[in-house]
Amino acid sequence: MLQERVPDLAKFVEPDRVRREAYTDARIFGLEMERIHETVWIYCGHESQVPRPGDYYTARIGRQPMLMVRGRSGKVHVLYNRCPHRGNMMCGDRHGNAGDFFRCSYHAWTFQHDGTLRSIPMMESGYAGTRFGPDNPDCSMKRAARVEAYRGFVFASLAKDGPTLLEFLGASKIAFDDMCDRAPAGEVEIVPNCFRVIQHSNWKIFLENQLDALHPSVVHQSTGRAAMDVEKRIKEKTGQAPLSYHMLSAFAAVTIEKWDGFQTLNYPQGHCILTGYMGLRPRDPDTLAYEKVMQKAYGKPRMEEILGVNIHHVLIYPGLSVQSALQQLRAVRPLGVDRTLTEIWHFRLKGAPEAIYRRSLAYYNLVNSPATLINADDLENFWKVHQGLASDGGDWVSFGRHFGRDLEKDGHVETGPNMGTSEAPMRNQMKAWVKYMKQD
Amino acid sequence: MAKAKRPKKAASGRTAARKANGPDTQHAVEQFLYRQADLLDSKRWQEFIELFAEDGVYWMPPEPSHTTWEGMPAIFAEDKDLMTVRMKRVLHPDAWSQRPQWGTNHVVSNVVIEKEAPSGDVVVRSRFHMIELRRDDVRHFAGSYVHHLRRTKHGYRIKLQRVDMTNSQAAYDYVLQVWV
Repeated sequence: MLQERVPDLAKFVEPDRVRREAYTDARIFGLEMERIHETVWIYCGHESQVPRPGDYYTARIGRQPMLMVRGRSGKVHVLYNRCPHRGNMMCGDRHGNAGDFFRCSYHAWTFQHDGTLRSIPMMESGYAGTRFGPDNPDCSMKRAARVEAYRGFVFASLAKDGPTLLEFLGASKIAFDDMCDRAPAGEVEIVPNCFRVIQHSNWKIFLENQLDALHPSVVHQSTGRAAMDVEKRIKEKTGQAPLSYHMLSAFAAVTIEKWDGFQTLNYPQGHCILTGYMGLRPRDPDTLAYEKVMQKAYGKPRMEEILGVNIHHVLIYPGLSVQSALQQLRAVRPLGVDRTLTEIWHFRLKGAPEAIYRRSLAYYNLVNSPATLINADDLENFWKVHQGLASDGGDWVSFGRHFGRDLEKDGHVETGPNMGTSEAPMRNQMKAWVKYMKQD
Repeated sequence: MAKAKRPKKAASGRTAARKANGPDTQHAVEQFLYRQADLLDSKRWQEFIELFAEDGVYWMPPEPSHTTWEGMPAIFAEDKDLMTVRMKRVLHPDAWSQRPQWGTNHVVSNVVIEKEAPSGDVVVRSRFHMIELRRDDVRHFAGSYVHHLRRTKHGYRIKLQRVDMTNSQAAYDYVLQVWV
């Protein structure tokens, strides 16, 4: 069946290169949605987004419009945002509170927060003797096949069978552990603001860029230099520049050679961990005050362990990018073969001083807002990549940097010493892509 | 431009304010707002930044309910130093997103003076429409400004410019590279 719909899929991916159609063919996009996004575990949202019963947030899993909703028992459910009667979308708003139950705006069928049919107007007179009614599960809102949460982060899978969430996450669960452990209270709380930005490019181009350690020195030089100039001037004037300038100037200060000193760890599910560079443990009074609270919560050895975790970025394939040390999260929602929505959130470390939250906030505003000083140039490149791949000027995308020098280790692939700019993450993502796409 | 009408309501302190601002605050404020918009459209970034007071802030909240930029998510919350970073970025030869043709056209209107202090400081709100051309794509933004203006011997300086975009809650198709 696969072969009929997309001929020669097997020939699309070689270990060090991939054919351009993987990014531009709408039929392949359809298959990706079916076999990857609508099969594996996809991030829906954080539990703190829906604190009260009836609170809901819409989420997109592949092509499916879903609802994440808090039930009266406190349980979080994930449902298709669709009335089973005539197909009307249940919640037309991006988020809100459904009240005690969902009520369809078309014919007033009502449903419990878990999707179970509650009532149909004049059910007896209208449906007696028919197949429709509370005993028929098709008259309830359809639920995601599986819903699981890890440390407050809610995922759903639309496939009945498959690995558990933790099996799927594997080593990438460190994204959530690192983020939550940095909170003295051991958990994080979402800041209720979502920045949404649309990219005119295939979703995989964004994912590949997230772990591409070569690009920052090329793409973000303009902002890195600009921030460096101003940072220097502020330092001369006042002795110290805010940490936010360092976050930006690092894009210029960390050269390609230095980036090679970092490392990526690549996993069979497509996930990838990039070791860190932000230097977020300065010895300023804010950090020292935070460490005092942390030490009280965890004891010194455990605190050292937590603050010693050195991660810049975790990519959870196929649609989540987490910067745990800065509490940033980007969810990638493919809208079409050449259109991708990113939903960008940040979190507050429960129990940490306000000054520590301000660091996360500064990064969120400067790097991840719709007026981003960084991503403007990324998005320009993504568009240009997509344009190039849609052309007949060449058939292949090359992932050859440091090919053949990856180190296989206990089921994962590490980049070799001084090969942080290796294109191992892209090779690994496409290897996982083939595995997902081929399963019949 | 037709000479604007003076606000009819005479608040206390207005006489002193008139002394500081001259006979026609409305006119002076309008000229200031038009000039600011013109600096954006003609990409005179340094002059745009210089319209801000030393402690001035350019602020675009992500939603209208926000009352402060401090400690809050913001699309823009920039003092003059951060504005300088943004200016230097777009002027850098490797600001790739600035390579394609890019330009804006602002129209500012509905200028209403909210407050006028004896010192001559004013709070003024207005509405704007902005068309942006980038490569071959046109985007349209609209919204309201609130300017807190300080009267100085060099003319008005901006203490705070609040920009509420009507589009702020919608997904951004691409991003904003400079101030709106």
